[in-house]
Amino acid sequence: MTAHNCDTCVVHAELERMGLSLDRFDRVVALAGNPNTGKSTLFNALTGLRQHTGNWPGKTVTRAEGGFEFNTVRYKLVDLPGTYSLLSASHDEEIARDFLLFGRPDATIVVADATALERNLNLVLQVLEITDRVVVAVNLLDEARRKGIDVDLRSLSRDLGVPAVGLVARTGEGLHGLLEAIDGVTSGAVATTPLRVTGTPEFQHAVSELVPLIEEAVPGVPNARWIAIRLLDGDAQVEEALRSGRLADVVESQTQGPGRFSRKIALAGAQ
Amino acid sequence: MSVATPAADAAIARAASLRDTLAVSFRDEAVRSIYAEATRIADRAAHQAGDRRYDFDQRIDRIVTSPVFGLPLMAALLAVVFWITIVGSNTPGVWLASGLFWIEDQGAALFTALGLPWWATGFVWHGVYKGLAWVISVMLPPMAIFFPLFTMLEDLGYLPRVAFNLDFLFRRAGAHGKQALTMAMGFGCNAAGVIATRVIDSPRERLIAILTNNFVPCNGRYPTLIMLATIFVAAQFPPALASAAAAGAVMAVVALGVVFTLAVSWALSRTVLRGEASAFTLELPPYRRPGVLRILYTSLIDRTLFVLWRACLTAAPAGAVIWILGNISAGGATLDQHIAGFLQPFGHLLGLDGVILLAYIIAIPANEIVVPTMLMVYMGTGQMTDVTSFEDLRRLLVDGHGWTMLTAVNLMLFALLHNPCGTTILTIYKETLSAKWAAVSALLPLALGFLVTFFVAAIWRLFL
Repeated sequence: MTAHNCDTCVVHAELERMGLSLDRFDRVVALAGNPNTGKSTLFNALTGLRQHTGNWPGKTVTRAEGGFEFNTVRYKLVDLPGTYSLLSASHDEEIARDFLLFGRPDATIVVADATALERNLNLVLQVLEITDRVVVAVNLLDEARRKGIDVDLRSLSRDLGVPAVGLVARTGEGLHGLLEAIDGVTSGAVATTPLRVTGTPEFQHAVSELVPLIEEAVPGVPNARWIAIRLLDGDAQVEEALRSGRLADVVESQTQGPGRFSRKIALAGAQ
Repeated sequence: MSVATPAADAAIARAASLRDTLAVSFRDEAVRSIYAEATRIADRAAHQAGDRRYDFDQRIDRIVTSPVFGLPLMAALLAVVFWITIVGSNTPGVWLASGLFWIEDQGAALFTALGLPWWATGFVWHGVYKGLAWVISVMLPPMAIFFPLFTMLEDLGYLPRVAFNLDFLFRRAGAHGKQALTMAMGFGCNAAGVIATRVIDSPRERLIAILTNNFVPCNGRYPTLIMLATIFVAAQFPPALASAAAAGAVMAVVALGVVFTLAVSWALSRTVLRGEASAFTLELPPYRRPGVLRILYTSLIDRTLFVLWRACLTAAPAGAVIWILGNISAGGATLDQHIAGFLQPFGHLLGLDGVILLAYIIAIPANEIVVPTMLMVYMGTGQMTDVTSFEDLRRLLVDGHGWTMLTAVNLMLFALLHNPCGTTILTIYKETLSAKWAAVSALLPLALGFLVTFFVAAIWRLFL
């Protein structure tokens, strides 16, 4: 590995990389974000695994899982394919969307590219619509510095209503702050007040009327709110999934681990 | 599993009626407000100090993605990668082979000294072990050089530029521009390339990308190409130019593979998978300095050893099968001679021979073992037991088994155009969930391979 600085020394004291030992874990954390923002690099830094990384959008196409321990709490970390939006259509982006919506993670880390913050915030805001427990990890701070971009994390955190931490996943800079934020959000010690772009009162009324109907149709479904919005929007795919019962299958499949086959391929070079 | 419920229909119907109570553009409003909010927050949080937008990256990109220099630069880069691979793997390959075959002799001697029967010695050392030794000495050096170099380009951020440069060709072929990315992944492993097609959102274009991924040679096939290029093509040139000529020959095969990828994509998108190419956006990420130590570690320990392990898993049983076929006689000839003899007329028609076809049948699970299988069958006939250099190999093939330049050229073509390995076919089935498309993906390249080698052989024999 490359150079360490003191920031990472502190991490070593408390972070234990657990690799693939996932038989017992306390909390589940999902890694989301736009393509090529360094999710897999962060995943490797936290778990000690060597998920294949590469400098191009679309590198990760399957779900990879690894473990780490911080402050005696064991976490399962789920690396997801990059996605620009929760409304996307390609298969890799569906994998990410389905887990974020139905995988019931205890927290979602949205990795954002510090050099293109505005574009990355679109996904952050969409994720904030569906869950309270979010940590925004502003990655690639080193490249931002090189380009003369300065990111005010406090302002970002205040505006979004969730913790925002700065990160250079490649060197491990800022990992400790991220881990503390994850700890705080998953344990509930840090209360979040996520910014919600709510829409008109009529819209809110329509959504809240639909939610119980959806929960009746698919008992135990997380994020009925999101499904309600999609139905109002007339999303044919979601309608079909609800009608055929496929939605229930998707929800159920999110709690199962990924197949071993995909992990083998991952090491062989797919991601 | 789950049954449709009336509750689902009720929810959908209610949604439809509620939709009428909302303004027509309510969702556009929501999207617009998300964008507005993102702009507002980003403006407050991110500050640009000075104007450094025209940075180094863009100046490089102007050359790397230029319509004039883009493609030639790409070809040159790939040729350099192959050249380094060929030059670098030459000597270690010979060392590995002599070392591993020395162990074979010692092991066999030990078995004999222990008084074990001849067939036990033969099966273990001249069968299973020999298969492994061949795979390791043929595969390991080129892989250990190619993988790190390729990963280096990938980490640098070159792949999206490749996609950018090739986009106009794929679009004209009626395929998705991101197919250039999945094709590039195919250079490492076709099964990985097939999985990588998930980034393509149109099902039609994804299927085209899956069906044509096999037209670029994967790592399991380079050793075949490199060996043939070295002992046949390079031998035609003076020593100073030999390795450059070999690299050129491998490049030519790869270029032909790209041509076939485009041609078959074009044909598919005008027949069974008719449709227009869809638009997409692709980010060109900044160039990033590759982490050299990390790359060496991951490409050597993870990828090289993983792929080698897979090859060994198929090579050991294949070695056993070849030894058995070579040591059971019926009617005055061994079984492998019978099979090779049976395949010989067809092989001859394609400018190949029966042994090569037999090797390709045994190597269906993994392409890596084509060359080892072929050599083991050839050497099983006994006139030569030790091959320690490319010159020995050349003598074995040309003097011992009547190979000509045509055999070498057609085997290189056949290495490019034949059915995908077992793993890739299985992956295609899993990704498409269709036995039909998996079958098409296997038979289409095979048919093309037969056709191309047949015509090359016919024309060669007519004029040369």
